[in-house]
Amino acid sequence: MSSIEEFDVTIPSATAKGREIQEQIVGGMESRGYAPRDVFGVRLALEEALVNAIKHGNKMDPDKVVNVKWEIDEEHVRVVIEDQGEGFPIDDVPDPTDDENLDKPGGRGIMLMRSFMSVVEYNESGNRLTLEKRTDDEDDDEDDD
Amino acid sequence: MLMRIVPVAPFLLSLFELNWKCNMSAGHRRLDIEESGDVTIAKFVDKKILDEGNIQIIGNQLFSLVEDDGRSKIILDFSNVEYLSSAALGKLITMDKKVKAAKGKLRLCTVRPDIYEVFAITKLNKLFDMRDNLEQALEGM
Repeated sequence: MSSIEEFDVTIPSATAKGREIQEQIVGGMESRGYAPRDVFGVRLALEEALVNAIKHGNKMDPDKVVNVKWEIDEEHVRVVIEDQGEGFPIDDVPDPTDDENLDKPGGRGIMLMRSFMSVVEYNESGNRLTLEKRTDDEDDDEDDD
Repeated sequence: MLMRIVPVAPFLLSLFELNWKCNMSAGHRRLDIEESGDVTIAKFVDKKILDEGNIQIIGNQLFSLVEDDGRSKIILDFSNVEYLSSAALGKLITMDKKVKAAKGKLRLCTVRPDIYEVFAITKLNKLFDMRDNLEQALEGM
C-alpha cells in the first residue's frame, strides 16, 4: 500500500546542518499525515540525537561528519545516526529523574528520546543510534501521573 | 578645517558604537520583561528554544534578572513556546537554583500540553512550580 522512501545523507559537524535534516524528516512525516504529537516527539528526539552526535560525539570537529540514514512510509519512520566520535557507555548515563539528580543537567535528552520514540537503540560503542517511530505504537511511554 | 573635524570624530564614533550596541541587544533580546507590582514576568519571545546560541543568550538574560537586577519574584511565561530541548531545561534548572539561593520565587506558566509532557517525563514538573496561566501564577506570589 505505502511505498518506503529511503535517504542517506552525510553532514558536517554543525548543528545548523543537523537541523536541516531534522526539517526534511519532519516534513516527510507531515506530508504523510502523521499525528501532530508524533511529529512533535520525533522532532524533539532528532534534535537531541543530532546535537548529541555533533556536539558530544564529534565534539564539533570540522573534520568529522555525521551520517544520517532514514526510511519513511505511512506507518513508520526509522532514523540511524552515526557519528565519528569515541561513543560512550550508555549504562553510565545517570537517571535524571532520581531525586538527587533532579536539579542537575544531563541525561534528559536520552530520556526524552526513549519516551517519545518506539525504538531507541545504541550500538555497543555508543556512536550509532537507531530511532524509530511507529504509528501503531499507541502506548509508547510510561506515564504514571 | 582639520581642527574642526578632529573633535567631532570621537563623538561620531561613540554614537556609532551606541547605535551598534542597541541594535545588537535588540536583535538578541529573547525575553519580554513586564512588571506587576514586585513581580517580574519574563515572556519567551521564541517559538523554538533549540539553538545553542539562543539558549545561551536566554540563560544569560534570565540569570541577569536575579544577579544584576536583584529581582526575586519571577514568572516565566511560556505561551509562545512550541518546542524546547533538554539544553533549555538545563538553563531553567540553573535559574531555579539561582532564584532559590536568592530566597525568591520562580513560577512557570502557560506551558502548552506537548511541552508540559517534556517536563512531566523528566519529572521536572515536581521541581518547578508550574501554573496553568498568568493569573494563577500571580496569585499569592
